[in-house]
Amino acid sequence: MSLPLFPLGNDPGPSFIELLRRSGAGEVVVARGVGSSVTSAGVGSSVTSAGSLPGVTHGTTIVALRFEAGVVIAGDRRATEGNMIAHRSIEKVFPADRHSAVAIAGAAGTAIEMVRLFQTQLEHYEKVEGVRLSLEGKANQLGQMVSANLPMAMQGLVVIPLFAGYDLRLKTGRIFTYDVTGGRFEETEFHATGSGGRDAKNTVKLGYRERLGRDEAVELAVAALYEAADEDTATGGPDPLRGIYPVVAMVDAEGYTRLSDEAVAWHFQNVLQRHRERTEGAERS
Amino acid sequence: MTMPYYVAPEQVMKDRAEYAQKGIARGRSLVGTTYELGVLIVAENPSSTLHKISEIYDRVAFAGVGRYNEFDQLRVAGVRHADTKGYAYSREDVDARSLANVYAQYLGQVFTHEMKPLEVEILVAELDPVADAHQLFHIAYDGTVADEQRLTVLGGEADTITQRMAAKFRQGWPLREAVGACVASLSGPARTLRADDLEVAVLEHGPWRRAFRRVSDEEVAELLAGSEPAETAPARLPDSAPEAPAEILGPGPDAPEPQS
Repeated sequence: MSLPLFPLGNDPGPSFIELLRRSGAGEVVVARGVGSSVTSAGVGSSVTSAGSLPGVTHGTTIVALRFEAGVVIAGDRRATEGNMIAHRSIEKVFPADRHSAVAIAGAAGTAIEMVRLFQTQLEHYEKVEGVRLSLEGKANQLGQMVSANLPMAMQGLVVIPLFAGYDLRLKTGRIFTYDVTGGRFEETEFHATGSGGRDAKNTVKLGYRERLGRDEAVELAVAALYEAADEDTATGGPDPLRGIYPVVAMVDAEGYTRLSDEAVAWHFQNVLQRHRERTEGAERS
Repeated sequence: MTMPYYVAPEQVMKDRAEYAQKGIARGRSLVGTTYELGVLIVAENPSSTLHKISEIYDRVAFAGVGRYNEFDQLRVAGVRHADTKGYAYSREDVDARSLANVYAQYLGQVFTHEMKPLEVEILVAELDPVADAHQLFHIAYDGTVADEQRLTVLGGEADTITQRMAAKFRQGWPLREAVGACVASLSGPARTLRADDLEVAVLEHGPWRRAFRRVSDEEVAELLAGSEPAETAPARLPDSAPEAPAEILGPGPDAPEPQS
């Protein structure tokens, strides 16, 4: 590896993806769906759908909601391959940088690679330019990556991220969602995607109000994942036997923090307790 | 066909070296040393936005003296090299030694093959997260690499400053003492450097992945206030004039561009 220097007219600037493309070192990576060089298998030919593509691991339910000091973002731990459980403890929530987090649903391999590239891209920008990207800028960057993945998505490898962070300028938590074309939409309150996304979203919707406290928000996210796992086979619930709990993270002015498994387990206990009280109350009346 | 005048290769090299040394000597110096929690780099730099010291990767820092545009180009190339490597392999595979070699090759190449050598000296420092075997790679304008484990000085008056530093150096000294010694060595007995004349950064052990941290002017002032060595009373009190302190080697008449 020699020093990556570029002639003035061909400098990749602070973009890591451009750097990979121009240095040639990234041919492999770029061809994996992050660049424009991906050739689709031809629309006329048999476009395989995600379900029938053998051996593709899928990540499932992710949820994010705002609370008074920032955002809570959470994801279950299950990955599926068709009707099989591929992994019981994969992670779908990642810190993107100090003040933002990204969660993924969809084809796990492509998605995790996208997250790795996104993390590198943000840090690369920060180091080259000497300043961090704005939250808006980060969200747009991720949108471009999702849209670059469109040819892969057409072949069934759909990746839908959820981006949440603390906006240091506006001093508030913000949530961004994407569609498969890279379209970027800002959510003002909460959002959930993935196979159990509908159930998770409904649960959050019922319990959500403006300026939730930290613990309430975490509990709502945990309850949403519990309900999703209750209805959706591809979503993993809490697994006290193996000690596997969803990943729950918070981003506030202090930055990204991931809750410990003990804390998440405790919140689950509360959710279950409330369920029990409700059923017992119903029986009594 | 016209024959160019013959110039002995020794003379060519000597001229180039002299040119580069002159350029570097016009700028202000920089000290890198190890301390209790990692690596400390202190530069004389009145600008608070044009940095001499920067982050390359999780445990690797970069510092340069001489012509700003030249060492900044090297810095960006270093970030690109490290990020590409860390992305292609793994984060732990990025190390200062390989980066120092790449820099040395490039500087050596430019020195022997180009008309104008680069007027820079750079430092690539790496924090050792396990043992205290931190590394300081000092790369000169001609591609010469020196590997130091205690301290290194870049810039015009390197020899004098190295002597001053070596007299004070203690293995594993705390930050306060190390900053005090670096600043005293940079300034010499005739001058006093204040926090806003300095740029200070550390690579420090901690729970976080990225070890690089800039030490703010306020923190530097606080560190300096506590470490004022009693035996070397400042020859003159810190004046409140906003100008940068006088350079020992003021810009000569052949200095077309300001050096940072």
